[in-house]
Amino acid sequence: MPKVTVDGVELEVPAGATVLQACELAGKEIPRFCYHERLSIAGNCRMCLVEVKPGPPKPQASCALPATEGQEIRTDSEMVKTAREGVMEFLLINHPLDCPICDQGGECDLQDQAMAYGRGASRYDENKRAVTEKYMGPLIKTIMTRCIHCTRCVRFSEEIAGVDEIGALYRGENMQITTYLEHAAKHEMSANVIDLCPVGALTSRPYSFEARPWELKKTLSIDVSDAVGANIRLDSRGREVMRVLPRVNDDVNEEWISDKARYQVDGLTRRRLDKVWIRRDGKLQAASWQDAFDAIASVNAGAGVAAVAGDMLDCETMFAAKSLLGALGSTMLEGRQTGMDYDVSNLAAVNFNTTLGGIEHADAVLVVGSNVRWEAPLVNVRLRKAVKRGAKVFIVGPEWDTTFGGEFLGSDLSVLGSLPSHVGEAMSKAARPAIIVGGAGLGSGGLEASLALAKGWNLVRDLEDGERWNGFNVLHMAASRMGGLMLGFAQKGGIADIVAARPKLIFALGADEVDFAKFADSTIVYVGHHGDKGAHAADIVLPAAAFSEKPGTYVNTEGRVQFADKAVFAPGEAREDWKIMRALADALDVTVGFDSFEELRAEMIAQVPALGIEGLADYGHDLPAGGGAASGEIAYPIGDFYMTNPIARASATMQRCSAELVHGEDMAEAAE
Amino acid sequence: MLEDRDRIFTNLYGYQPWNLKAAQARGDWDDTKAILAKGQDAIIEEIKASGLRGRGGAGFPTGMKWSFMPKEPPKDRAGNPRPSFLVINADESEPGSCKDREIIRHDPHKLVEGALVAGFAMRARAAYIYIRGEYIREAETLAAAVQEAYDAGLIGKNASGSGYDFDVFVHRGAGAYICGEETAMIESLEGKKGQPRLKPPFPAGAGLYGCPTTVNNVESIAVAPTIMRRGASWFASFGRDKNHGTKLFQISGHVEKPCVVEEAMSIPFRELIEKHCGGIRGGWDNLLAVIPGGSSVPLVPAAEIMDAPMDFDGLKDLKSGLGTAAVIVMDKSTDIVRAISRLSYFYKHESCGQCTPCREGTGWMWRVMERLREGEANVEEIDMLHQVTKQVEGHTICALGDAAAWPIQGLIRHFRPELERRIAERHGVREAAE
Repeated sequence: MPKVTVDGVELEVPAGATVLQACELAGKEIPRFCYHERLSIAGNCRMCLVEVKPGPPKPQASCALPATEGQEIRTDSEMVKTAREGVMEFLLINHPLDCPICDQGGECDLQDQAMAYGRGASRYDENKRAVTEKYMGPLIKTIMTRCIHCTRCVRFSEEIAGVDEIGALYRGENMQITTYLEHAAKHEMSANVIDLCPVGALTSRPYSFEARPWELKKTLSIDVSDAVGANIRLDSRGREVMRVLPRVNDDVNEEWISDKARYQVDGLTRRRLDKVWIRRDGKLQAASWQDAFDAIASVNAGAGVAAVAGDMLDCETMFAAKSLLGALGSTMLEGRQTGMDYDVSNLAAVNFNTTLGGIEHADAVLVVGSNVRWEAPLVNVRLRKAVKRGAKVFIVGPEWDTTFGGEFLGSDLSVLGSLPSHVGEAMSKAARPAIIVGGAGLGSGGLEASLALAKGWNLVRDLEDGERWNGFNVLHMAASRMGGLMLGFAQKGGIADIVAARPKLIFALGADEVDFAKFADSTIVYVGHHGDKGAHAADIVLPAAAFSEKPGTYVNTEGRVQFADKAVFAPGEAREDWKIMRALADALDVTVGFDSFEELRAEMIAQVPALGIEGLADYGHDLPAGGGAASGEIAYPIGDFYMTNPIARASATMQRCSAELVHGEDMAEAAE
Repeated sequence: MLEDRDRIFTNLYGYQPWNLKAAQARGDWDDTKAILAKGQDAIIEEIKASGLRGRGGAGFPTGMKWSFMPKEPPKDRAGNPRPSFLVINADESEPGSCKDREIIRHDPHKLVEGALVAGFAMRARAAYIYIRGEYIREAETLAAAVQEAYDAGLIGKNASGSGYDFDVFVHRGAGAYICGEETAMIESLEGKKGQPRLKPPFPAGAGLYGCPTTVNNVESIAVAPTIMRRGASWFASFGRDKNHGTKLFQISGHVEKPCVVEEAMSIPFRELIEKHCGGIRGGWDNLLAVIPGGSSVPLVPAAEIMDAPMDFDGLKDLKSGLGTAAVIVMDKSTDIVRAISRLSYFYKHESCGQCTPCREGTGWMWRVMERLREGEANVEEIDMLHQVTKQVEGHTICALGDAAAWPIQGLIRHFRPELERRIAERHGVREAAE
């Protein structure tokens, strides 16, 4: 713990800290552009210069200088002030100063720091440099004349994303940041460079010229595009969500989000269900709420009613549906729309037990049937970190580009029964071994076989530092999955049980992935927000609220309970889902036991206390023994990363990404 | 004047062949095994005692630099020892410098043998000679010389019968001046964009591929075997205190006979020019200014340089530097502002673009210099230009920013009246035209 003096104040800093961190600990603001906590240190912007004694009689880049015992650091001396003014002047001489037409305006590091540390006037009379725009794909808009060459974007794609997509060309004042041959940035986390860019060089293409930051209402929310539960901020104006930004949460998403989480929100205003529809003579026709309630009541289903929960539902909606069905005398609840029927009697066996942060520290990982990059890009980033720390990763399943290497063992689940000896050796020798079972690995006995391996390798153990390590992980893809399982949205035989029970009435709660042909005899009531597959199959459509339009509780794949707030109102006649359930209770003449959202939540917490506590739910560490043989070719469920849910499918941006980034090569071939 | 028997580079002018046989006849590779048998520490001590300072420009004591290399190889994460490397800087791109080229094309075995001696002393596994891309014939000669040495068993496994394994690789650059900066050279060797690294960590701790590395100039390495043979006291007998040894001076510009010549350090400028270059073109009264150490050091006006000793400290006292001892002589026919402006263009062109002050500042300085050349400026802009050079100097990752700033500072220090005259003249012309 070296002791340093910052502007005359003596303080102790952690070993290994930089001078910049020491200054921050002392409460001094150090201006910077290239330095970023999560990226490697470049030291090239020279904005963070401070005076350090002992040392050469010139200012030092504090971001790259280790703090050592007895250093005397000054951030307020004349030398530092001059140095900052000088660097700022250099940064601005070739910067266009087009703030009035720049999307970064109002949240621009250069703007802010120029105000705080700049000289105030320019002495540069020569012509300014201009740089041609670079094409970086459908998400990233470039105005490269504004670039200050901090290389944060280059370092992000190299270090975090793990792809060599962005780099610098030429040298000196001709240096230009670009993608290789101006190909689109294809990585599914690529848009994070927009947040990283301290100026307006890389801005959001879909959001360009849409709003100014000070016009936006900021709402804290949770991403529902996958099961990671990334913490996001919804920026809305009026009734529209304008953009999504990540929030910092080191346990979940650090400060990144996937491109889908960021850009699917323009789908919230398209293909929306904003009035009630009833199918008459084979066609959906607009109707009133009362008509719909009458129609549902006239089915006279009694206890012959089922509910299927979609992938993006909050716990409250599911609980309201559960209460409604319970009042009607039914427990036909299911959330696994595609027919999976894995055993959920012990939730620890279907949970991401290492936690997302913990997987970084694993030293040997076996991935079973998961294209992690598409199913949970943020988890892939963690896996990449683990590999950088020396972890070995083995993957059972068809090959995909991992960004971190790893060894593919074969695409059939039967590999689990005959793993190569070096895999077993690596896993059993590891201090923190982990298994990740993905959606494609859960069925065909995959979960049981993986559990048996977990037992064999002793994945649940006490570490040397006294902490408990549970290396068995299931990586889900639906934001509603863990919440649904906690609320009992699972039948023993999966959705097949419900099909077999032939319910007269079925509530599809935002469920768009169900094979509704099997429910030909049932009256299907779709309660959801987008005119997608579910609404097409429905007999009655009740318009509901999307995740941005209702408060809600979400449980991510590691069992982390998180709360989201409501950003905007649902469009037209659409209502929040719980209100629809409450109104249906009246229509069906039963009592559900709540009249307000608060009562609903209180009731839910009374039944499942874990849902009331923000943070990891405790499922215990006892894993079932598993066993049996698994076999079957693994087919990853996600065919197109940008088209996995009804909001994304309605989003023009996601459609463009899908067409260009996933199917672009096919299109280019077709054009030839 | 240095006597012929004290010259290290006896084939500097290529009167004899460069090949191994001729080199051995000149004394190279003569019982190298015996030199290595003295042991690593003895070699480093001998070099320290000789007072050899780095010949690449900065003048850092070579023996001390070698002693920074770890005696015990550091371990990597898996516990395996990491090798150490010697990188030899033959990326001679400083305008005015041309000594390394003469060594490589006429006396390459001095360098190859030096690589072995130096590499052995610093416990390096191999030497990488990074040669400037434009030196095509020189690279061919060097590669052939290395091959000759391999074939003769002088390097490679059991180099020169010493029991030490040592490899020498020749790597050609692609023509970027910045790759002559030691950490940029390491980046370039690793196959990356040639951009200087942040220091610390210094290369002796983590250099090429993260292993301990020392980067030395060609001349520093090439003189090492001769120092070992003739003794530190012989080498130290030349030159003033702390500026010992012999040195290759490269005199170009307005002298009667420009040349590269080996001379004792601290030789007075006048003697250097009179003895080897046939005097200043048009006589000593016609001398305007001298850039004594390659383009990156400030110029020195005629009156100050004439009797100055040509060594590190002597020129430092004149607020200039010895640099690579590339002496650029300019007589009174020189447009001095244009000359410095051309150097500014060079630095603008060669800035790597990594860090802000150099990337933006070099272009700004050059543009102002171009206007000053024509007098198309205000007098206040001279002070502004000086401030800008001060804003670049000492604020950058590597020394290229300093190198771009110093020539302009030298110009303003010594030729401000000339700059003001041009401005006044230009404005006078304009007023007359109105």
